[in-house]
Amino acid sequence: MKYSSKEFGNPPEVDWTPMIDMTFQLIAFFMFTLSFSDADINERIRLPNSELAKPPDQKAEKPLTLQLTKEGIVLYGGQEVPLEGMSRNLENEAEYLIRQHTDDPGVVAGATIILRADAEAQGGQVRRLIKICQDAGFENFVLRAKEERR
Amino acid sequence: MKIRHTTGGLTEKIPIDMTPMIDIVFQLMAFFIMTLKVVVQEGDFNIKMPAPSSSQNATPPLLPAIAVRLEATAEGRLSAIYAGEVPLASSDELRDYIISIVGDPSGPNSLAKEQEVELDFDDNIRYEHVIGAVTAITGYRNSEGQVVPLIEKLKFAPPKELAPAQ
Repeated sequence: MKYSSKEFGNPPEVDWTPMIDMTFQLIAFFMFTLSFSDADINERIRLPNSELAKPPDQKAEKPLTLQLTKEGIVLYGGQEVPLEGMSRNLENEAEYLIRQHTDDPGVVAGATIILRADAEAQGGQVRRLIKICQDAGFENFVLRAKEERR
Repeated sequence: MKIRHTTGGLTEKIPIDMTPMIDIVFQLMAFFIMTLKVVVQEGDFNIKMPAPSSSQNATPPLLPAIAVRLEATAEGRLSAIYAGEVPLASSDELRDYIISIVGDPSGPNSLAKEQEVELDFDDNIRYEHVIGAVTAITGYRNSEGQVVPLIEKLKFAPPKELAPAQ
């Protein structure tokens, strides 16, 4: 059957309003859930689970994030450093803190090392990294784990 | 001057071209969808561990530390847990052992705040087992889902090559 254009007249007008409403709602949702603050989180690290892991109540004091991969490489300040090379980096970090806070002699001991180690990393490597931090003067450690839901 | 209203003049609707706006909106959508990261909630264990040399001058603890040791298979899996010389089958047993030493953590005579635990483990053990033991030592969730804190003073044994000779 053949339709002539005369039979249907002008093409029907599409109402865009519901689609635009929905799209703006989606944009609003994505904007609110967007987070730029997790720059220290590397996706190579698969954290171990813990039922006690819960977000901290307050922000860590002078935080320094070290991430240990399962291969034993430390991700620190955007670079990959072998475990043996961390000693020099942490000493520099401690010196920097002391220079920045000349009035506070306990600034290095008061700083917090946030340790994000992979679940499959070797415990011995984690312990060695902590020892290197201790040798540089750091005393406060935060072991990070993934919240486990039961 | 008089404006004459004629059919096909000012009364006709002016169609708005929605295409550029929809283009932009979809581009924004694509950007937000691609940058969306589903981040799992992360939690912390706070541990204060001064270097052994700096803690020598500190006052000695009133209670001897409980030595917990984790042993691993060649693949790094957990093979045994010891609290002192006592073999334990699982993390739950470790928690029960700690509670049996320090008492009910919610009770008035609990030693959980004073008691120290030194955690030792084989070098090749997977870190997830270390965190499992740290979880068992530092607390548990009760039937209401509330966190009940246990040991606060937790330290790791020094690395093997640096451990003092006995």
